[in-house]
Amino acid sequence: MHDTQLVMYEEDFRKVLAVTQRLVKDANAKGIFVVDRNGQMISEAGEMRGIDTTSLASLTAGSVAATGGLAKIVGEEEFPVHFHQGQRDNLHITLIAGRIILVVIFDDRSSLGLVRLRVKKAGAQLAKIFEEIQKKAEQSQAQGSAGTPFAEITDEDIDNLFSV
Amino acid sequence: MSFINYSSREINCKIVYYGPGLCGKTTNLQHIYSKTNPELKGKMISLATETERTLFFDFLPLALGQIRGFKTRFHLYTVPGQVFYDASRKLILKGVDGVVFVADSQVERMEANIESLDNLRVNLAEQGYDIEKVSCVIQYNKRDLPNAAALDEMRKLLNPGGLSEFEASATTGLGVFETLKAVARGILHDLKQMSG
Repeated sequence: MHDTQLVMYEEDFRKVLAVTQRLVKDANAKGIFVVDRNGQMISEAGEMRGIDTTSLASLTAGSVAATGGLAKIVGEEEFPVHFHQGQRDNLHITLIAGRIILVVIFDDRSSLGLVRLRVKKAGAQLAKIFEEIQKKAEQSQAQGSAGTPFAEITDEDIDNLFSV
Repeated sequence: MSFINYSSREINCKIVYYGPGLCGKTTNLQHIYSKTNPELKGKMISLATETERTLFFDFLPLALGQIRGFKTRFHLYTVPGQVFYDASRKLILKGVDGVVFVADSQVERMEANIESLDNLRVNLAEQGYDIEKVSCVIQYNKRDLPNAAALDEMRKLLNPGGLSEFEASATTGLGVFETLKAVARGILHDLKQMSG
């Protein structure tokens, strides 16, 4: 069975943002990004605003997917933590609850040990938030989620999208 | 699956261009990239070999405008077409909302088209998708080549179910946007039905 559609409401978003903003401080990170496993950017915090976050999200998801494929080949379920060391900046990538990817970018103001420690706690908090989001999505899918703005999309709306 | 963000008022959808090696999937994206206003598109990424064959995927984010107050973003991906990259194709199909099957019209590529379409069916089914149910369109590419097969013949082999289909020549751009519009329209219709 394929994934349930990911729907994020304002209150959920605020919870995720609060965790990512706290993690920036706790881990002394340059940037924190929360990415959907399918490559959609969900939340970002830190001093790295202005970088190409769409590409970052897509490539992170691709990298996690490829490493997950490798894991299965060698008989592992996943390799949930990846670390890339650069000359200045380092990338710490964690797969959370099998669905969400937490990306931490840090330099020599922090350390791998500190990042790992802080990510563990933040990861558990994010897992809980996304578990609630998932439950809500399943409930609304079961109820048919009438009343969402998309139930009223008309052919004209769709045509207008392509007239620009 | 699409991602609806009420906080930033965005809908994000994933479209995958599938098809045999050298059928023109990357060329489709390159044409879309070259003809789209800079403010509507992001950076195009190509993870390719030294000989410019797709190694993992190409990626192009597009923002088409607003629908019911939500910014509509489509993330376009291609898969590597060569047979031995099947593991990568499976990964890229994850979370797909719509598929464009790009068929190579050259007579000698008909077996490769059939093989690739079967492979798409299998890989979609592995993830619980049915090709007849996921928003899917067929593009008959390279119609401008002298060795292009008859359209009726291709339809019989590749589209017996009557999915939306388009003739194209991705190098000149013929049919490229029509194909994209059709798959995007299908995805939005699905979204409407899911919400209805």
